Amino acid sequence: MKISAIYIIWLREMKKYVRNRSRLIGNMAMPFFFLAFLGMGFNSLGITGLPEGISYIDFLAPGIVAMGLLFSSMFAGVSILWDRQFGFLKEIMVAPVDRTSIVIGRIFAGMTSGVIQAIFILCISLLMGVRIVNPLGLVASLAFIMLIAMSFVGLGISIASKIEDMHGFQLIMNFLIMPTFLLSGALFPLDRLPAWLAAISYLDPLTYGVDGLRSLIIGTSHFPVIVDLAVLGGFCLAMILMARHLFNKTEV
Amino acid sequence: MKAIDVRNLRKEFSGGIKAVDGINLQVYEGEIFGLLGPNGAGKTTTIRMLATMTRPTSGQAMVCGTDVTKDPDKVRRCIGIVFQDPALDDQLTGRENLDFHARMYGMKREERGERIKEVLELVELSERANDLAEKYSGGMKRRLEIARGLMHRPRVLFLDEPTLGLDAQTRRVIWEHIRKLNEKYRITIILTTHYMEEADFLCGRVAIVDHGKILALDKPSKLKESMGGDVITLKVKNSGKMADLAKSMEGAKRVKVHDSSVSVSMANAGTRIPELLKAAEKAGIDVESVDLHKPTLEDVFIHYTGKTIREQETSAGDRFRQRARAMGRR
Repeated sequence: MKISAIYIIWLREMKKYVRNRSRLIGNMAMPFFFLAFLGMGFNSLGITGLPEGISYIDFLAPGIVAMGLLFSSMFAGVSILWDRQFGFLKEIMVAPVDRTSIVIGRIFAGMTSGVIQAIFILCISLLMGVRIVNPLGLVASLAFIMLIAMSFVGLGISIASKIEDMHGFQLIMNFLIMPTFLLSGALFPLDRLPAWLAAISYLDPLTYGVDGLRSLIIGTSHFPVIVDLAVLGGFCLAMILMARHLFNKTEV
Repeated sequence: MKAIDVRNLRKEFSGGIKAVDGINLQVYEGEIFGLLGPNGAGKTTTIRMLATMTRPTSGQAMVCGTDVTKDPDKVRRCIGIVFQDPALDDQLTGRENLDFHARMYGMKREERGERIKEVLELVELSERANDLAEKYSGGMKRRLEIARGLMHRPRVLFLDEPTLGLDAQTRRVIWEHIRKLNEKYRITIILTTHYMEEADFLCGRVAIVDHGKILALDKPSKLKESMGGDVITLKVKNSGKMADLAKSMEGAKRVKVHDSSVSVSMANAGTRIPELLKAAEKAGIDVESVDLHKPTLEDVFIHYTGKTIREQETSAGDRFRQRARAMGRR
């Protein structure tokens, strides 16, 4: 592994992130709309079945943080496809740099932009009156934020290593990202789901991300936080290893 | 010293398509060597194998004295490459593109800054260095890519169709830059092209490649000489009869009929035109015009492949080959 290579790959992604205004705004705006409009909408309905003393908007905020991370991280990983399309991947691949460094640079970059996005959403949440348990929990939630980001950048890289062009991207959007989001418990509690649906959502790795964030931010959770951390951590490691393995095998 | 030594190199894609079919070639240090052939001839695949981007099916390729399959990173540090298709990051400035490259190749800070300045001056892009690459013209992008290929001071530079898609004037500018690199810095250059003039103008030696094989390999001047003198082209009414007559001339080679014109190669062709015309008059052939030209690489190419390079490009088999190559790239 080469630190200088990891750094420059990270730096390039960061420069592009800052320069690409539409992506930057999109990353911030979509979660904001969800939080503001969906949150306000259901909040006023007075949804039952939420944990004691928790309003819907409190319940939703950690879910939206996770949602934002899911979308932006997958996108960051899959963006290797753009490099392939525009030829820049060749420049990266003929350099005397091992593939692992390239993968790590990209994962760090996706994680950095994920953290920035998550902090933005958390700030908006606070402004909207979401009640947090304590500031320390908020800080601790950064660990989950990073794990979620790294996991899905890794998954994105793995997918980008297997599909050949942009056509596959729409398919991933519809059949991978959306179900992962909807089944993660980001929008509704898992306690009252029919057993078969609950079983599926237990297989969704993002479920543990959402649950962990909820536990640390608003102090309520479905699983013990340690279980969330263990499952998500394992998934994250698996995704990073898969990304490395699959990216290693690609040719440009 | 040999910069490149290729023995019996082959690349077969799935489906049994032989993109490169047993190539042998040696390129010496300080040479500009050209691979000339139509699209899909196997030029790019050859370069890709030499640049460690794809593994040969069989055979051996040594670059800078290192086997490309045994120590690819060592080869990569020794070579620079400018790809056929653009490979810049448009969202970065010219300078940032170079800096990215320098860091990927592990260059130290002081060395980096200095070298970036140097290569920018070399390709005359210093003033535009801080503009985003998307603002560059096609020729400027190419020059930036050449500068990037030189960043880490490679001993061998690969240029895959360096002037593809550029206008004639820009092409000239790129040619001058390539020449300067070779003369001033003694960089060995291997370029692929399907432009005859480009090969002729730049290359010390040229290999004519078609269907994955080298058909001829020599200095452009030697290749042209081997055509057996200059070419006389006569425009006549009765081309069949003229062709027979031309064939009967002493020292006549490669008599070809194309519509109403007949071409014939012979040594000292200029001094033999009167003789030819007299013979034609005697045979009652009405000659409309006579043209004399030195054989070009185009003539050499036609001789070896039986087709002009443009005819080659449109044939269905080659299109299939091209598609196969495109698939192999992924």
